[in-house]
Amino acid sequence: MTRRISGLTLGFPTGFQRAAAAGLLAAVLAIPALSGITAAPAAAQETPVKGGVLNSIVQPEPPTLMLGLNQQGPTQTVAGKIYQGLLTYDQKLEPMPSLAKSWTVSPDGLTYTFKLFENVTWHDGKPFTAKDVVFSTSKFLMEVHPRARAVFARCESITAPDDLTVEFKLKEPFPAFLQSFEVSSAPMVPAHIYEGSDFRANPANATPIGTGPFKLKEWVKGSHIQLVRNEAYYKQGLPYLDGITFRVIPDAASRSLALESGQVQQTQYSDVEPFEVPRLKALPNLDLSTKGYEFVAPLSWLEINHRVKPLDDKRFRKAIAYAIDRKFIRDKIWFGLGRVPTGPINSVVKFYDPKVTTYEPNVEKAKALLDEMGLKPDAKGVRATVKIMPMPYGETWTRLGEYLKQALGKAGIAVTLESTDAAGWSQRVANWDYEITTNFLYQYGDPALGVARTYISDNIRKGVLFTNTMGYSNPKVDALFASAAREIDPAKRQADYSEVQQILADELPVVWLLEMEFPTFLDKRVKNANKTAIGVNDTYEDVWLAAK
Amino acid sequence: MINADFWKAFARNKGAVFGLVILAGILVLAAFASVLFPGDPWDMATAPFQPPLSDGSPLGSDMLGRDIAAGIAHGARVSLLIGLTSTAAALAIGVTLGALAGFHGGRVDDAIMRFTELFQTIPNFVLAVVLVAIFTPSLTTIVAAIAIVSWPPLARLARAEFMSLRTREFVQAAITTGQSNSAIILRQILPNSLSPIIVSASLMVATAILLESSLSFLGLGDPNAMSWGYMIGAARTVIRQAWWMSFFPGLAIVLTVLALNLVGEGLNDALNPKLARSRG
Repeated sequence: MTRRISGLTLGFPTGFQRAAAAGLLAAVLAIPALSGITAAPAAAQETPVKGGVLNSIVQPEPPTLMLGLNQQGPTQTVAGKIYQGLLTYDQKLEPMPSLAKSWTVSPDGLTYTFKLFENVTWHDGKPFTAKDVVFSTSKFLMEVHPRARAVFARCESITAPDDLTVEFKLKEPFPAFLQSFEVSSAPMVPAHIYEGSDFRANPANATPIGTGPFKLKEWVKGSHIQLVRNEAYYKQGLPYLDGITFRVIPDAASRSLALESGQVQQTQYSDVEPFEVPRLKALPNLDLSTKGYEFVAPLSWLEINHRVKPLDDKRFRKAIAYAIDRKFIRDKIWFGLGRVPTGPINSVVKFYDPKVTTYEPNVEKAKALLDEMGLKPDAKGVRATVKIMPMPYGETWTRLGEYLKQALGKAGIAVTLESTDAAGWSQRVANWDYEITTNFLYQYGDPALGVARTYISDNIRKGVLFTNTMGYSNPKVDALFASAAREIDPAKRQADYSEVQQILADELPVVWLLEMEFPTFLDKRVKNANKTAIGVNDTYEDVWLAAK
Repeated sequence: MINADFWKAFARNKGAVFGLVILAGILVLAAFASVLFPGDPWDMATAPFQPPLSDGSPLGSDMLGRDIAAGIAHGARVSLLIGLTSTAAALAIGVTLGALAGFHGGRVDDAIMRFTELFQTIPNFVLAVVLVAIFTPSLTTIVAAIAIVSWPPLARLARAEFMSLRTREFVQAAITTGQSNSAIILRQILPNSLSPIIVSASLMVATAILLESSLSFLGLGDPNAMSWGYMIGAARTVIRQAWWMSFFPGLAIVLTVLALNLVGEGLNDALNPKLARSRG
């Protein structure tokens, strides 16, 4: 039996047929709308209109728009309109078609076959074929994209039986494979331009050529990036927008003002500081959404160096968990943005299990655990002294450090705060030269891709950031993550991940603080935006602007 | 030097007396901070974003619920401590180098003055920021950084005083009687050159407090010490929602610096012999 998931019949709400029909409808309805004699304005409002330019912010300015070479947040938001992956994901992280029209997975979980859309062309007019997919995944990304390399290194072969079919054969089952095809994880790049060249030095990197609905028209460094409609886009009638302009606005207060004054119609990620959110949310012309970040699903935690005593004792880490009030952190420091986590997997990611040991704020329990460890208070009430080095990512993280110092102080854990700059922080954390720090990592839609890396002992790698820098090691946890990654039966995978979540929640290798949410502000005129798990990074092929 | 005449001259300047009163008030506030506001100023004692005159927080609370009044009282300690110690350190460096240069003249003078110019050519604040950033922010590094950027004017002043006094008859007499160089510097010249040095030192305390506030404002303060600059820096972003969080610490800085300047002016009047003579 072959599990077949056809894009044209299942889960294809933004697809070609519907969009084409809607486009026709728009053309018909646009005439009365323009002449101002619309009988039913509400219905007309919801019919896509062609035209208009969407203004947004890009911050900080990306170093390049060649998404294969750079996957920083701002690069993704802009280049996600230029490049495409084979798939995108809905907000429950189920795969949806992008360049691939449909896909099948063999019953043994070893062969993944993708059927591509017909008539897709690169921005330079050359046809996009399965050869480009093979080149991108087996050569280009293997060389320049660490996250993609870890995934595609699992392939025994990547072949193109014909121009519209690609076949990936894995060495062993890896169900998370299907979660690895969104545009930043595996952007498709043109083989005819990159084949045989030095990928990083190719002059075409400055003028990105993708398959997406928008093309780069102009990039004035320090000012703006202007994208325009790709007239040859393979979905008839799309995109609706004439273009998208991303403005570079380095100052946070100016970014909020640009949104308030209507100069931009969209902000994303950290464009707007958390403390501005309550004020902007109240404005009548703006919609706030925290959806569209399911794919990145950031989780922040107190990263604890297990090589330092008494931090190696799980009772001490539990005492820390009891001493802090995560609701306070969410409500007062992040101004309500986020969810209180229960364990290592963000609740929007697959295989999340809430049935684990949880830690409600309780200073008495914290003190009892410290007593049990023999850490008695001295004359000043101090039982132990630890150093916390807050992440140097802006003042919200500084406030968090100040809060932690006070909260832990109440349980008798004296905290010395260390300040550092971004480079110093990366260097010290990567080289294990810290006691406690704050950190957050993206989870990329599947525990095998974004969660296991923090806790498995194979990934204790000195000098590399975002690995198991705590030095936590538990053979049982290693075994469960390994077997879950290989398991093709979803029920058995869930059992493995549930068990590992219970163990981790009991041993607390890190103390989870917040399932972070980013605010996306959209002007009410912007329709159809931010509907997938990658939200603002998606193609925006069917986004349209309602009349003022 | 400090006698009835001095006080008379000082009191003639009404502004100076006013400054002295404010300064005394701030000193008392700093000294009794832990009595007036027991506990840690970092404690989230009340609800966040409480406006002034609300229950339990006369000047309001900040975004984490820390009492602004407690922060100002405890911040006074840090500000005064840093102002005074860094000025003392700057005095030690500046007066020593200036005295040696002015007394010996010639090559020693050349060497020391070129060295001083090296520091004078670098903008004060930029150098302080760089120093604190390199040596990680703490009270000690902040005091050291402020002292390092503040001593050159004092060295120049001391040098000028020493050069002019060096040729006076009482110094020549001391040299003829065979007193050692150090005795002449410390017992003969220094006491006679103190007046302008004291005046500029009092103004330097004010500058040091401003420097510390600016460093803290930029997030380069000691993360474990509550200070006025930090309070303003942290509250800057919510100024549209909560003016009081930055207003009161700002007021504290303005009053302290104003008081120190007024006192410095009063000292100048009282200690300047020319002005004293003109008063008759």
